Formats: sequence, C-alpha cells, structure tokens
Amino acid sequence: MADSKFEPRIVGFLCHWCTYTGADLAGTTRQQYPAGIRIIHLMCSGAIDVVYVLKSLLDGADGVLIGGCHPGDCHYQTGNLKARRRIALLRSVMNTLGLDEDRVWLRWISASEGRLFAETIREYDGALQEQGPNPLAGEWDL
Amino acid sequence: MEKKLGVFICWCGSNIASSVDVDKAAAEAAKLDGVVHAENYMYMCSDPGQQLVKDTITEKGLDGVVVACCSPRMHENTFRKAAGSVGLNSYLLEIANIREQCSWVHQNNKPLATAKAVSIIEGTLDKVKENLPLETITIDLTKRVCVVGGGIAGIMSALDLANAGYDVVIIEREPAIGGHMSQISQTFPYFHNVPELLKKKIDEVNAHPRIKVYVNSEVDVLDGYVGNFNVTIKTRPAFVDSAKCTACGKCLEVCPVKVDDEFNRGLSQRGAIFRYNQLETAKIPVLEQGDCLHFADSDSEDGGKCTACVDACPEDAIDLGTIRSLNEEFVGAIVMATGYDLYSPTNMPEYGAGKIPDVIDALAFERLLDPKGPTKGQVLRPSDGAVPKKVVFIQCVGSRDPERHKAYCSRACCMYTAKQARLYRQQVEEGTAYISYMDIRSDSKDFEEFVQKGMEEENLVYIRGRVAKVIEGDGCLQVFTSDTLSGRQVVIEADLVVLAMAMEPKAGIRELAKKMNVTIDGDAFLSETHIKLYPVESSTKGVYLAGCGQSPKDITDTVSQALATAGKIQTMFSNETLIADPLIAEVKDDVCSGCGICIEICPYGARLMNEFTRISDVNQAVCQGCGACIAACPNKACELINSTSRQFLRTIGDFASRSEAV
Repeated sequence: MADSKFEPRIVGFLCHWCTYTGADLAGTTRQQYPAGIRIIHLMCSGAIDVVYVLKSLLDGADGVLIGGCHPGDCHYQTGNLKARRRIALLRSVMNTLGLDEDRVWLRWISASEGRLFAETIREYDGALQEQGPNPLAGEWDL
Repeated sequence: MEKKLGVFICWCGSNIASSVDVDKAAAEAAKLDGVVHAENYMYMCSDPGQQLVKDTITEKGLDGVVVACCSPRMHENTFRKAAGSVGLNSYLLEIANIREQCSWVHQNNKPLATAKAVSIIEGTLDKVKENLPLETITIDLTKRVCVVGGGIAGIMSALDLANAGYDVVIIEREPAIGGHMSQISQTFPYFHNVPELLKKKIDEVNAHPRIKVYVNSEVDVLDGYVGNFNVTIKTRPAFVDSAKCTACGKCLEVCPVKVDDEFNRGLSQRGAIFRYNQLETAKIPVLEQGDCLHFADSDSEDGGKCTACVDACPEDAIDLGTIRSLNEEFVGAIVMATGYDLYSPTNMPEYGAGKIPDVIDALAFERLLDPKGPTKGQVLRPSDGAVPKKVVFIQCVGSRDPERHKAYCSRACCMYTAKQARLYRQQVEEGTAYISYMDIRSDSKDFEEFVQKGMEEENLVYIRGRVAKVIEGDGCLQVFTSDTLSGRQVVIEADLVVLAMAMEPKAGIRELAKKMNVTIDGDAFLSETHIKLYPVESSTKGVYLAGCGQSPKDITDTVSQALATAGKIQTMFSNETLIADPLIAEVKDDVCSGCGICIEICPYGARLMNEFTRISDVNQAVCQGCGACIAACPNKACELINSTSRQFLRTIGDFASRSEAV
C-alpha cells in the first residue's frame, strides 16, 4: 500500500432530510466522486457530537464532512445552526491544539443538490490529497 | 448473547452488480463477525427476493439482518415489513445503501466500489448488533380540529371536517369570518358573484352544529402535541350582545367618530361602532375599542364620557364594560389558514400611492365593483367621484422584484387584473383599460381563454413593460412606462391607476408561527414539510396548512388546498389512536443531572423536567428523534434509541480505519 496513490478516507455525517438525500440524488443522477467517503446517517446535523468527529480522526479518517440543510431549511428548525456553532468551536479548539482544522468540513447541501454533493466530495478529496494522510491516524495503533 | 446476522446483497439487476462484485462482497460479508448467512440475489425487493429473506430468517433463526441494496428511502419499509411478517422485529433490520451511495457513484472502479460496499455492510452490521427490538408508540387522539383563520381556506376545511363528523373551532381575528374573499366582487374565470357564494358558505358554518366560531380572537398559547393540543384563545370584547341586537342601526347613526373603513380600503368612512362588512352575515355592529371615544385616554376631553351608542340602543344591547375573555379548546389537529395581506402600496412611492387619491390597490378596486360597496358598484374615481375614462392597471407591483421588494410571483394578479379590466370595460363602454404587465401567467383551467377574450373582444390594451412612475398631471394622472415589445416610451394620461400589489403573509405571522411551532420561509410564508409529497403538512406534526399563508394563490387553489388539508386530517382521524416511531430520545435516569440544557435545546418542547425526580423526561409523543438533546447533554445521559453513541462509535471505527480486506 505504501507506494500506491494516497486515497483520502472521509467519514461523512449527513443529515437525513437534506444532505443524505442529496447524496442519494448524486447517485440517482450518476455523479461520480472518489470512493474514499463513508457515509453515516444522522437525523439532523445538530445531532453531531464532537466525539464522533474526533473518534473518526483518531481512528484514521483523513477528513470528516458534516452535511446539513441550508440555514433556515432545517427540518428540525435550528439543528444546523447548532451544528455550525459546535463545529466552529471544534475547529478553533483543533487549531489551538495544533491540529489542522480543515480535517473537519461543515457544508450545507440540500436534497436537490446532488451535483453539489459530488463536487464537494471531489473538492474535499483534492484538498486532503494536498494535506496528505492524517498524522493522528497511526499513533493510536496498539 | 451474540446475534445471528444475515446479509442479503441485491444486484438491482446490473445497477449494483455492474460496479460491485456481488459474489466477492457476499464472500467477504460472510467472514464478518456474527454473520451466519450471506448471499446475493438479482432483485431482493421482488417477491421471490423478499421470500428468500423471509425463509432464511426462519431457517437460520436470524436475529439481525442487513439488506445491502438501494437507499433506505426506497425499500427500508418493504424489508422491515417482510422481516416483521416472519416474526423478526422490524427494527432489527437495517439497510446498507450500496446503490445510490456506492455503485452508482463509483461506476469505473469495481475493486474500490466492492471494498466500499463491504465496508458499508460492515458498518451497518455493527449497528444492527446493538439494535433493540422496538414497538411503535401509541398516542391518544382527540378528534377535534382548530382552524386558525376564517377566510375561505378556513371555512372550506372547517366545513369538510365538520361534515365528516368532527367538531371544529374556527379562530378569526376580525369581527366576522369571510376573509379577503368578502371584499371581492366577482371571480375569474366565470364571473361568479362572490358575496352570494360566500354567504352560502358562511351560513353553512354558522348553522353547523359541529362548528364553533370565535371572532375577534387570536391564539394566545398553544400547548401539547399532535392528537392532544390545548389551544388558549384570547377574545377581544364584542361590546354588542348579538342575542339582544336587532341590527336596527341606530347606534351607527349617532357615533361621533369618523375613521377610514379598512374593509373598504379607505374608500369610505365608518364610526367606532360599525358594520364590519356588507354581507348579510355581519349585520350585528361591532365596536372598535381603539377608535371609540369612550375608551380614549381619560385625560382627554372625551375620555370615558361618550356613551352615544349605548344611549341610542333601544334594546340595551351595548355594554361598554365587557372585558376580553380566554377560552381553552382541546383539539387533535390544527389548520393554519392565516391568509395574506396586500403589500402596502406606500412601499411604492414612485406610483404615488397614499398621496394621490386616484392611485388605489386592487382590493380597493374590488370594493368599487361591489354593489353594496362605497360606490354601490359604480367604478368612480375616489378624488371627485367621476367615471374614469382611462384606467391603468399595473401588474407585478412589488412582486417579481428581488432587488427592492418580493422576489416571488403573487400568482393571482394576472387573472384578477384581467377580470377587473373586463368588468370595468363592461361597465364603462367608452372607457379604455390599459394593463401594464411583465408576462401573463394564465396557467389554469379556462384562464388563458379568459385573458384572450379580454384582449380580443373587450379591447383591453396590454402593454408589456414596467411602469416607471405615476405623477399628477393637469386633471389626470401621467403614467410613464415603456412598451418593450415596440421599444417605445409611453406616457398614458389616466384617470385612475390600480396597483396589483404583491401578496404577503398576514401581519403578525412571525409571532404566530413561533407560538404554533411551525417554520416559515424567507418571505415569512408557512413552510410545508415537502413541496411535492407533503404539501399541506407543517414542520410540526398535527399542524396543517391551507391557503395564502403558505404561498400566494387564488381562490381555486386555496379551496383545493383547504380540502386537501381536511382530507389529511380525516385520514389521521380514521384511527382511534396515533402511532409514532419509537426511534426517539431516551434518558438514563441514573446519569441525568437535571441541568435542563436538553429542555432549552429541544425544538419541540419534548423534554420536560420531572419536578420530583429532577430528571429530564422525554415526551414520547412529541419527540421527533432529531438528536439535538443527545449531542447537547454534557453528561451523555440521553441516547437516541437504536442510534446510540456506542453504535455510532463502532460504525465510525469501521469506516475510519482501512481494515477492509478487499
């Protein structure tokens, strides 16, 4: 594996009503994107626990994507705003600790934005290619 | 005890099988921890496919199943039902989405797509391992309905529901039901007489034993949840006892107050005690406290002194000491039929509205057309009462203007403008009606024909372009516009200008939406759950939408939507109880510290502090399972059932690491 091309692993936490459905639409419309992403379904982006994000990074993910409804569109009224605040805080804490805040992305992708979902994954994959593998990953192997 | 797990991988014809090596995936899945059976099949959702799942569950005694196929949005229910039919609790079956989120998006790399499919199956298996068997939750259902708003939307849904045998209460803010429709003279496209149509419906409402109407009323507080709402209704005092009043009208004559009559859009004046509208159904006078001298500031000369109407009333029906009242109604469903206002013409200073008396809005023009209106149905211009020989109707005033006003189309204006212009032409044969338009939107039954007839047979002059300004000229109004079809500047000397103002949600809708816990969009229209599939459901279960509060629409569409809403509620009421999904929040009593953060963060008011135990309980009927409280709990005292943090962490472990063997 060492000399093969680096394929970033992304763990995506996608809200049920918008981004998960947007990811389904990306499939229905046959948008193509890198296969390194694994999707975890949340009912709402507001249910994202920073522990999930950190666990993903510690377990080896190169990037974590949180996908929610656009502000104002949250099915649960304001869950996405809670996610926004939580992720902003997490990113600033990560910065303070010397971790790369761009290992965590929060994006608003609606149920009708399949193309945007695919573009986002391609974009994130590209950005992570540049950043290289997550340095946290190996250190936790026992 | 470890679960015996089964994995069923669907080819979906070639949809999955062409990018995912389904044999290899099944072989890899069979090696995963706990899996006792793994196989693939061409169409798992077909009858033989489902039978395969069912038979295997029975034969192998599976107590956990993963079906790897299309999105759970497609067939989760199908397979859960199939599992349930052979005695496996349906919540022990989960879908691994390997079509929309794998095979279709990685079509050119079979090894990677196969590895990803196996990884998705592994992550899903780890969830199933800890899934609990669940039963649906049963909620009591009060089969009564509260309709907020007594316009045509509220009236029609109330009548339908009442005729189906359910008690309905209508809450109307104004002194009489009927809404904006009672201001309108005739309909398009068939020139039906509106007062006649509406009176019939209002009479039906008033006579219906199952309908109770609260006029002068608003929702004060809403408590409860779907099936079990408690609506507190605040009613302003009526002052006139309808049981005693004979509608003789003596009080109207003696009232010393003269103010603009809002119902007639300021085209006439009324007293502080007045008839709200011209319909037979609103004969009993109403007294507007804010205008009445009796209620004026007690420091002023008149404060508390004027009792002219009380003194004049031969029946002793007026009691100025009446106070507001509060009532409670218990209902199972709510209809938000809150309606619209016209965007104020004063937002358009370039058209002189509010300053030039002969620039009026479209509802004011309707009042001119009403035989019982301020001009007895004669189109006369407000400034001098003359018959206008040239009338300019301006469409899209405030609509379709994202930079300065409203971005949306108000939908009814093209048609009512055509109707008003035709009615004007029928009345004033020598008159000319100009219509300034951007596009003509006549997209419903007989609408296009209606407009064409106006153009061809009644000589309506349509000028495509936007009016720049309207100023007062010498004895006329000068309307500056352009004809974009011929590319010329045009100045029309008009006698009357009618503005088709944009519709906007009723004033106060933001506060009301907050009270009712329903979401609104950027323009403050009430949001539906899904524009295509759940068009009359609001964001809160049990609260439904009808009419212009949801988006601008004409009477036809409003009534269709109102009846759809009534139908939806009847479907809900066809059961004795309500059934709710058990995938909701749960509290670990011994971990909860009673801090109450979850109570604040819950968008539905589903979390409540138990005063005795100091533990924050979950109201099962209200919780929607969004997970906000779970993420917010500093003690990790709550979990989403079958989506616990343990389950997430296991799946994350599968997904984040590159452990898959393929």
